[in-house]
Amino acid sequence: MAAHLSSGRVNLTALREAGRRELREFLDKCAGSKAIVWDEYLTGPFGLIAQYSLLKEHEVEKMFTLKPGRLPQADVKNIIFFVRPRLELMDIITDNVLREDRGRSPQRDFHILFVPRRSLLCEQWLKEQGVLGSFIHREQYSLDLIPFDGDLLSMESESAFKECYLESDQTSLYHAAKGLMTLQALYGTIPQIFGKGDCARHVANMMIRMKREFPGSQNSIFPVFDTLLLLDRNVDLLTPLATQLTYEGLIDEIYGIQNTYVKLPPEKFALKKQGEGGKDLPTEPKKLQLNSAEELYAEIRDKNFNAVGSVLSKKAKIISAAFEERHHAKTVGEIKQFVSQLPHMQAARSSLANHTSIAELIKDITTSEDFFDNLTVEQEFMSGIDTDKVNNYIEDCIAQKHPLIKILRLVCLQSVCNSGLKQKVLDHYKREILQTYGYEHILTLNNLEKAGLLKPQTSGRNNYPTIRKTLRLWMDDVNEQNPNDISYVYSGYAPLSVRLAQLLARPGWRSIEEVLKMLPGPHFEERQQLPTGLQKKRQHGENRVTLVFFLGGVTYAEIAALRFLSQMEDGGTEYVIATTKLINGTSWIKSLMDKLEPAPF
Amino acid sequence: MSRARADEEEYWHSSKFRAFTFDDEDDELSQLKESKRAVNSLRDIVDDDDDDDLERVSWSGEPVGSISWSIKETASSSTSSLEGRDSSLQKGSSSYAAFPKQVSSYSLSSLFKGEVPHIQYGQMALSDTGVKNYAPELRRPKAEYKDYSSDWSPKDTVRRMQRGKVCSLERFRSLQDKLVLLDEAVAGHDGNVITAVLIFLKRTLRREILFRELEVRQVALCHLIHFLKETGEQKFLLDLLRLCFFSLSLQLSQYREHLNIQDVEKRREFLKGCIGLPFSAEDTSHIQDHYTLLERQIIIEANDRHLETAGQSEIFRKYPRKASILNMPLVTTLFYSCFYHYTEAEGTFSSPTNLKKTFKIPDKQYVLTALAARAKLRAWDDVDALFTTKNWLGYTKKKAPIGFHRVVEILQRNNAPVQVLQEYVRLVEDVETRLNLATKYKCHDVAIETYRDLKDRIQLTAYKCKVERGSADEEKINSILNNLVRN
Repeated sequence: MAAHLSSGRVNLTALREAGRRELREFLDKCAGSKAIVWDEYLTGPFGLIAQYSLLKEHEVEKMFTLKPGRLPQADVKNIIFFVRPRLELMDIITDNVLREDRGRSPQRDFHILFVPRRSLLCEQWLKEQGVLGSFIHREQYSLDLIPFDGDLLSMESESAFKECYLESDQTSLYHAAKGLMTLQALYGTIPQIFGKGDCARHVANMMIRMKREFPGSQNSIFPVFDTLLLLDRNVDLLTPLATQLTYEGLIDEIYGIQNTYVKLPPEKFALKKQGEGGKDLPTEPKKLQLNSAEELYAEIRDKNFNAVGSVLSKKAKIISAAFEERHHAKTVGEIKQFVSQLPHMQAARSSLANHTSIAELIKDITTSEDFFDNLTVEQEFMSGIDTDKVNNYIEDCIAQKHPLIKILRLVCLQSVCNSGLKQKVLDHYKREILQTYGYEHILTLNNLEKAGLLKPQTSGRNNYPTIRKTLRLWMDDVNEQNPNDISYVYSGYAPLSVRLAQLLARPGWRSIEEVLKMLPGPHFEERQQLPTGLQKKRQHGENRVTLVFFLGGVTYAEIAALRFLSQMEDGGTEYVIATTKLINGTSWIKSLMDKLEPAPF
Repeated sequence: MSRARADEEEYWHSSKFRAFTFDDEDDELSQLKESKRAVNSLRDIVDDDDDDDLERVSWSGEPVGSISWSIKETASSSTSSLEGRDSSLQKGSSSYAAFPKQVSSYSLSSLFKGEVPHIQYGQMALSDTGVKNYAPELRRPKAEYKDYSSDWSPKDTVRRMQRGKVCSLERFRSLQDKLVLLDEAVAGHDGNVITAVLIFLKRTLRREILFRELEVRQVALCHLIHFLKETGEQKFLLDLLRLCFFSLSLQLSQYREHLNIQDVEKRREFLKGCIGLPFSAEDTSHIQDHYTLLERQIIIEANDRHLETAGQSEIFRKYPRKASILNMPLVTTLFYSCFYHYTEAEGTFSSPTNLKKTFKIPDKQYVLTALAARAKLRAWDDVDALFTTKNWLGYTKKKAPIGFHRVVEILQRNNAPVQVLQEYVRLVEDVETRLNLATKYKCHDVAIETYRDLKDRIQLTAYKCKVERGSADEEKINSILNNLVRN
């Protein structure tokens, strides 16, 4: 089930195991049969920790989604609410509890599990509604860092960036620090900490403080990670705004990957259903899990989309050849061998079919005129062309009322690539946006300004060209098929964040002091003392392991770039990636937009 | 070594196995825990009463006489630290909370109440307390018997709360203690705790004092605003916003309120009130526009609804309105007025030209919108008029501020007939674009003529396969080809 987690340099199964153990312990506290009422948002992340079978082993007989009204009939002893600590959810729970038939027998016991933690505020709220006493167990489940893949951890904290920069609420950083402490408890103290940006500084401070406050945290585990690099998203606002051009990145841009699952339009997957006889065309979206457990996906996901087609056709040839083998199988032994390979071959074939279909879906979009125009403008901005005047394409898109998020992505990209827009240009865009999409979006524009994504050029100086040149962010001669540089993930643009990681490993940040000063927030280095017995004596040729923690989100393209660096022959460093949330430009901007409609609850 | 401490250590030692557990009460029976919690909450209530009592006995509002202050003072002298130890022993039993008053600060403070000299020392000791609070190392020895629940410093309290333990905040009575507590919470970055402390302050401090202190504590202020928004305490929130009108974002969050007002008249009134808020000059003009637009929409809506129900206006009969125009964006409103009120004189509120003037809509935007609206109605004469300009000699000329290729696209999207379409394709200046559009939209005349002008035999010959056999177009191509040969 979780083999893909142990495939990397660091075995993340241990983290998952720890999470499962805690879940089992909690379930066993509520003796007897149980029903779980889920905050829907949590089902995704929990799915990465445990399957229903685990819950079933611990007498979970029914599962419901949390919604107002009377709880469904279920003949169980315990009702357990799995919820995020949010007030609107507390109201629903209150409603559920108050409508419970007190006369029924046997009575059902209520419990509540807060994820990732108990909230005094929520409990106070429940108390005021007069239902707090109804809960026998009120506990927390610290789902801080969830293992997504062998080299990838996410907190799935959707609004971390927004909270830090718009609401001055750094709770998510506190959780990040706690997650890192847990990680260190399992994988040893990380001797070196580097960081860039305000949030990075905060997290490092909290880690150091937590360590000081719990002297017992000095553990005796041999450190797995050599270095921790904390990167504040604020340092690199540019990268998420650009359209990702890796296979996985494009899947996310177009369809959105949620907790490693993607939902796709069913039409292209319809053919296979024919065998099932007389069934109608599927109308439900096709749901697929995407992770390194699937061999083919692991091979193609980080490639530039332009290089995916050739791999797929090569694979197709190999598989057909393998199936052809059956004609050559003459002896019983040969046939037996062929048959024994059949399941594997069939899996490979269906995997190939799926990805061919996905690639077709994506190709329809990437070959469209609008995708091309949009990409052209993005690339012009990133390479520093015409960033200081009103862009025609953006104006046209506004006039045609393209989705607002698309417009905002482009305008913000232009602003970031110009160290802020000229006041006149900014005013023009703002006016057009407000007149076309509604004045209430002034709130969203204000949020973007506050986050630094959209701003007037105050200093009168555009630092971006210097940063671009020093960090080699724009590469003209990009090789998409056989890349030799990380810039392949955006077909020319090398993600700033990953360049910082790359340059830290070699030759070190001292070489780019000047540029680091131009980027927001402090950069720093901390060391955590290890007992002498635990200090590493590196074998010759052994790679270092660096944990890169993106505070405020990371894109799949950045992950691809880091994986590319891990695989470089003379790279010397392997990377494990952690983040508050997996994002793309659209989901990121969306999280910063003022919610104009009330929440669905 | 206290239980709590031992547990923390135990946690970290054992964390290899139980990495996520932060609760120190795992080993206890749940019932016990429950009853303990119940008793704890009971104590909160009892303490509340204390608070009132003490308000009366405190010294002229000075924090000198505060309970926490007196406890700290006693604890640092040897005799009372013994007392503390005794009481901590008592408290060691799980029933301690059942006697909330026994060792409560109440008795200690009344101990001092009668002793006059202490007041003078107290003044000095006050600054001392401050130092201790900010430099907790000085108080290290006290950490030895932490079990004495009222003895936790603000810092310890925040730590405990971060670990999700029940903590009574009621013992922080002086303003200064409360503020230190708040600052500690903010320094811990844990929103959960910050909010809990804020709720406590909100309950125990006078509004003016709370607001004044929050002014210099932006992070805490943001948390409180967020909390008030979530809990829907509108009045308190607005009071807060009114008093702290120094920050732009706060005015915007007041402006944001209009979204929650369903009734348009009330919403309009509210927006009117927002205009007066000290926004930046630019935002003010946007909000002014927003107000003016809604005002307009209300007038137009009332008028048009009347027209529509009366059934006398042809346009409304032919194209019934799909939705009300209220709360729509400006450009949508302009489209609406180009659709239903195109010919109206500039003086009426609903006329497009009036909207254009009032909101200073740029030419480009106006032409695009008008074009889309008139094309939708298939009013090709209006479309023609949009691009016709007369120069001073009376000659007419076609001009478009948006480029004729865009005009073609919009017309095509509205299913304009080829005759109309090709008139505008012909006006596209760039030859290549013109040819592309002509080919794409089957404006054969334009394509053929363009190739003729280019004298491009090869392309023209190739184009023959795109026109119908035996059509006039084919004939035309043939004749041109023949002509070209002759030349």
